[in-house]
Amino acid sequence: MTHPYIPNSVPKIQEEMLREIGAKSIDEFFKCIPDDLQFKGRLAIPEPLLSEAALKRHVEGMADKNTPATRVVSFLGGGCWNHYVPASCDEINGRSEFLTAYAGDPYEDHGRFQALFEYASMMAELLEMDVVNIPTYDGAQAAGTALRMACRITERSRVLVPALMSPDRLKVIRTYLHPQIEVETIAADKENLTLDLADLKAKLNDKTAAVFIENPAFLGVIETQGEKISKLAHDAGALFVVWADPSSLGALTPPSGYGADIACGDIQPLGIHMHFGGGRGGYIASRDEAKYIEEYPSRLFGISPTTHGEWGFGDVAWERTSFAKREDAKEFVGTAAALWGITAGVYLATMGPQGMADLGNGIMKRARYLANALGKIKGVRVATNAPFFKEFPVTFEGKKVAEINEALLSRGIHGGHDLTPDYPNLKNSALYCVNETMTKADMDALVSALSEILKG
Amino acid sequence: MKMGKRDFNKKYRNYHQARWDEPIIFELTQPGERGILLPEAEPEVEAAGLPELGAMVRKNAPKLPEMSQMRVLKHYMHLSQENIGADETVDIGQGTCTMKYNPKINDRMAGLPGFADIHPRQSESTVQGALELMYQTEQMLKSISGMDRFCMHPGGGAQAVLTIATVVRDWVDAQGLTDKKDEIITTIFSHPANPACAAVKGFKLITIYPDKNGRPDLEAMKAAVNERTAAVFITNPEDIGIYNSDIKEFTKLVHDAGGLCSYDQANANALLGITRAREADFDLCFFNIHKTFASPHGCGGPGCGVMGVREHLVKYLPAPLVGYDEKKDRYFLDYDSPSKTTRIKDFYGVLPAIVRGYSWMRNLGPDWLREVSRVAVLNNNYVFKKIMAMRGVGAPYAEGEFRMEQVRYSLQKLKEETGIGVAEFINRMFDYGMHLWSSHEPWIVPEPFTVEPTESYSKAELDEYLAVLEKVIDECYKTPDVVRHAPERAAIHHTDHDIQDDLKRAAITWRAYNKKYTGYFEPKA
Repeated sequence: MTHPYIPNSVPKIQEEMLREIGAKSIDEFFKCIPDDLQFKGRLAIPEPLLSEAALKRHVEGMADKNTPATRVVSFLGGGCWNHYVPASCDEINGRSEFLTAYAGDPYEDHGRFQALFEYASMMAELLEMDVVNIPTYDGAQAAGTALRMACRITERSRVLVPALMSPDRLKVIRTYLHPQIEVETIAADKENLTLDLADLKAKLNDKTAAVFIENPAFLGVIETQGEKISKLAHDAGALFVVWADPSSLGALTPPSGYGADIACGDIQPLGIHMHFGGGRGGYIASRDEAKYIEEYPSRLFGISPTTHGEWGFGDVAWERTSFAKREDAKEFVGTAAALWGITAGVYLATMGPQGMADLGNGIMKRARYLANALGKIKGVRVATNAPFFKEFPVTFEGKKVAEINEALLSRGIHGGHDLTPDYPNLKNSALYCVNETMTKADMDALVSALSEILKG
Repeated sequence: MKMGKRDFNKKYRNYHQARWDEPIIFELTQPGERGILLPEAEPEVEAAGLPELGAMVRKNAPKLPEMSQMRVLKHYMHLSQENIGADETVDIGQGTCTMKYNPKINDRMAGLPGFADIHPRQSESTVQGALELMYQTEQMLKSISGMDRFCMHPGGGAQAVLTIATVVRDWVDAQGLTDKKDEIITTIFSHPANPACAAVKGFKLITIYPDKNGRPDLEAMKAAVNERTAAVFITNPEDIGIYNSDIKEFTKLVHDAGGLCSYDQANANALLGITRAREADFDLCFFNIHKTFASPHGCGGPGCGVMGVREHLVKYLPAPLVGYDEKKDRYFLDYDSPSKTTRIKDFYGVLPAIVRGYSWMRNLGPDWLREVSRVAVLNNNYVFKKIMAMRGVGAPYAEGEFRMEQVRYSLQKLKEETGIGVAEFINRMFDYGMHLWSSHEPWIVPEPFTVEPTESYSKAELDEYLAVLEKVIDECYKTPDVVRHAPERAAIHHTDHDIQDDLKRAAITWRAYNKKYTGYFEPKA
């Protein structure tokens, strides 16, 4: 028998090839492996599903055990969001010329270089910044790298981050910055959940490399004190690094508008399916200055002239990277999320300026509608006075979030992310998130289900 | 009309890539055009209005292109045609990267709403299939490697190395040896992410060079290992395709000095069911699902680097792992056995790659998986034999020995004889629709190129690739100017690369370009 993925499993061909090589059997090639290292057993892997039909039935069976967010009403967010994915995004990232390509040079993979240059260029317009990287793994990695960049630029080794930031993102940052860089947290205002400027002032000093904020923050609130934070950071000689959700930027001022030196974040909202949290890409953006550009570990694609007057492309300042410099490089680089970068480019071109404005404004109105309606339920309180973007914390009285979510699930609703384990000060609270496709009926269904659950 | 005649003996093609002269997307904007419309909010929702945002209201709309939907699509279709994937060519010239066939059925499975549209914070009861798939993938990887537990989080091989460097760091710190064990040893033919990630985690690097047979120099290794050695990060076979038969001596040296041994198995295509990390006494290893396990490379990600450890290191892995409760027959996210503070990446791993890897392994089963490696090595030795017979080409080290899944060749002789080096040679290869890659830096092997045939290409396709190599070599000797002017049949012509190293002239975005230039690269005053 031969295998469809292994053309040279045809015995006659194998014999012919062995003859040409001058070997008696394939075993000869493995004689270099000492006997005690040869694996003598049989791999403990289930027997093969050789027909494509049987394989499909098996894997589809596993997919069917999951409930996609598209089949229920889901209020889950918190770093991964159920935004609408335009069909064009899947069409383009499914093109095999992109999907199955890898590392061709700027001639044969001209399309990849141009598509990623354009991705960076459209992100640059959204962010109003002049340099954007080829995506890294995710927004958390982008934040870690942005902070390491800030430390190298300022030659300092201490960063300040909000105490209320995404707990997982904070763990990634702490892990990535250890052991050279110290991470300290800034307290939040108790009413608004925005940054406590007095605490920031107290903690800023001449060792601070960067002040980092999320905007909108993990808990959904929009930080309106950006300019003040920026001034405080800059007065102390620190850089201002802002993690911004790109889905907000058609409606909200980008980080550069309130003094950010480096912006970073995750591009998952831009046309990338959630994939159980596995569809992500990290952007990093800055001014077009050598002191910033030279500190990026990522690939950066630049535009070039050609001998025939075409648009050409190439790698900018290659010598920064670990491909060129190994342990002397700026951090490290590798295969990360290029296809999602191309996808986000398709998304931004498809949405255009009006689409991005509609997205941001439509989301904020829906979030306000839902918050107003929830706030009217007895025993439910929206836990911030600050404006919020697509998500906001809700505090419950009487029943535990886990119980409430269980009851909602039985009604076909995925309730908000339970904040209780990570936020001791936000007792019995959940993070409720909307998206641009949510209808009044979807939100009203939640409101009536919650009213019922909390009554009983 | 005079008709041509087909030459049935000619193995290379009369190739030409699409050349669309595609504008930069901003040049295609038409104010007022829309690419997609979003659902309108109902009047009651609209009435909720926007919050008081003050200066946070965006003043100027982002200058994104304004385009109708088909126009956007056509632009990207053109760009895709000006790109080339493994599906379009005999992609054996990107050695070290295992450019094998990525089965279409696996793409379809990864895109099912049951996998693509699930949220990472959903109740575990609603994602049992995804958790089961991840758990079962781990069981198969455990068997292939002999490791005891896998973390699926890393988004690529380099991030898997970062995870390994993090585990080593935490393991050293936990023993209070932070100042005492501060060195990591690697080899020059290991991927650059190995030294780079070790340095990120604060280690000093020691690099071992090959001996005259191309294997990491055992004597140099003996001299390098001491009580400061925290770990060795090593690959086997290395990028040059030569198996290091003394590998157990390397791991023993490091263990005797109290260090850990990490096996870079990003490319494990020669080893499935043949030899394992466990028997060679490694403590940690990782596989790239987008190499050996047939998930597509996507122009450079999303990838997936699954990272395995022996039992004594499980507590240092980033949480959560995927667990299975046999009594309840439930899969769950296990936050208890791994580290509660370490995190490398958001959430649990690149599911679309994991689904593809799972599906690929389930299709092949234990025996065909082994056959994958056997045929990959057969194909490589066939190609090796043929290339070594070509003029101007050599392959240093281990003369007369077979190779594993790939070979690093050298065009040094060809360069001496024709003046043409590998950089120019590569450009001409593409005029026949074939990709060729040199090697990682530094170029220890002069004028290098690296070929890895994998198991996916037929003998006829390998012969086609070889015919192109032979043709270009022949041109180097007979018509070197043709080679120097290549590519002639790609989407674009010779590009100025110097601009990219001059940061005053380089433009990384269209926005930067328009600040620096007008028209076609005319500098603004």
